[in-house]
Amino acid sequence: MVIIPGGFSYGDYLRAGSIAGITPIINAIKEFAQHNNPVLGICNGAQILGEIDLVPGVFIENENAKFICESKQLKVNTTRTPFTKLYDKNEIINLPIAHKEGRYYTDNLEQLYDNDQIVLTFEDGNPNGSMDAITGVCNYEGNVVAVMPHPERAVEELLRSKDGLKFFESFLD
Amino acid sequence: MNYNVEVKTSLKKGMLNPEASTIEKALALLNYEVKDTKTINIIQFTLDAENEEAALAQVDEMCQKLLCNPVIHDYEINISGE
Repeated sequence: MVIIPGGFSYGDYLRAGSIAGITPIINAIKEFAQHNNPVLGICNGAQILGEIDLVPGVFIENENAKFICESKQLKVNTTRTPFTKLYDKNEIINLPIAHKEGRYYTDNLEQLYDNDQIVLTFEDGNPNGSMDAITGVCNYEGNVVAVMPHPERAVEELLRSKDGLKFFESFLD
Repeated sequence: MNYNVEVKTSLKKGMLNPEASTIEKALALLNYEVKDTKTINIIQFTLDAENEEAALAQVDEMCQKLLCNPVIHDYEINISGE
């Protein structure tokens, strides 16, 4: 499994994730993904996966141009990915978001619905102005998942939610 | 030959531009009523190429590979001899 974590790779210059997207390791990740291996991108990792076309669409500047850091209610729209299979379909979970470039945009929204490629949507409002409140998508095959919220920051009660734990348990299952 | 290159990238028409709308609101605070505010990024460099056509082809490739994201950007390339 490959997990590309959050961060601000290359200072977010040009576009968030764009410069990381042309680094040498990307070819290896693409090849790994092509063989149906699980790849998860979180936050900046999700932005990178959008930039290198492993998932459809991109994550761009929030509608209100502000950095948003808060816990959000989300809906798990599909359980067919290696990271969401332990959730119930349409299960509502709480995960934190922490980003300024998280507004999901695609020029082919229908494709996502037709192919069951929407992984997470905001359930209580749409804090960053994403298309159809989408904040997590996967590729056609479902093995590559890009999510703006942080499941790894919600894995025990001490962190106020452990709703993200199943992302990783799903993979181990 | 050396060429001066300028690449202008902008969000596609109709796309929300939060930076531009923030600037527009800030101008309104100063009592300047403006409309249709846009922001454009300009990247400049010099490039050694056989001729202008070859330079243009290279820069276009740069735009496709890195400087722009075709999903959200339009771009314009200006090339002039040094």
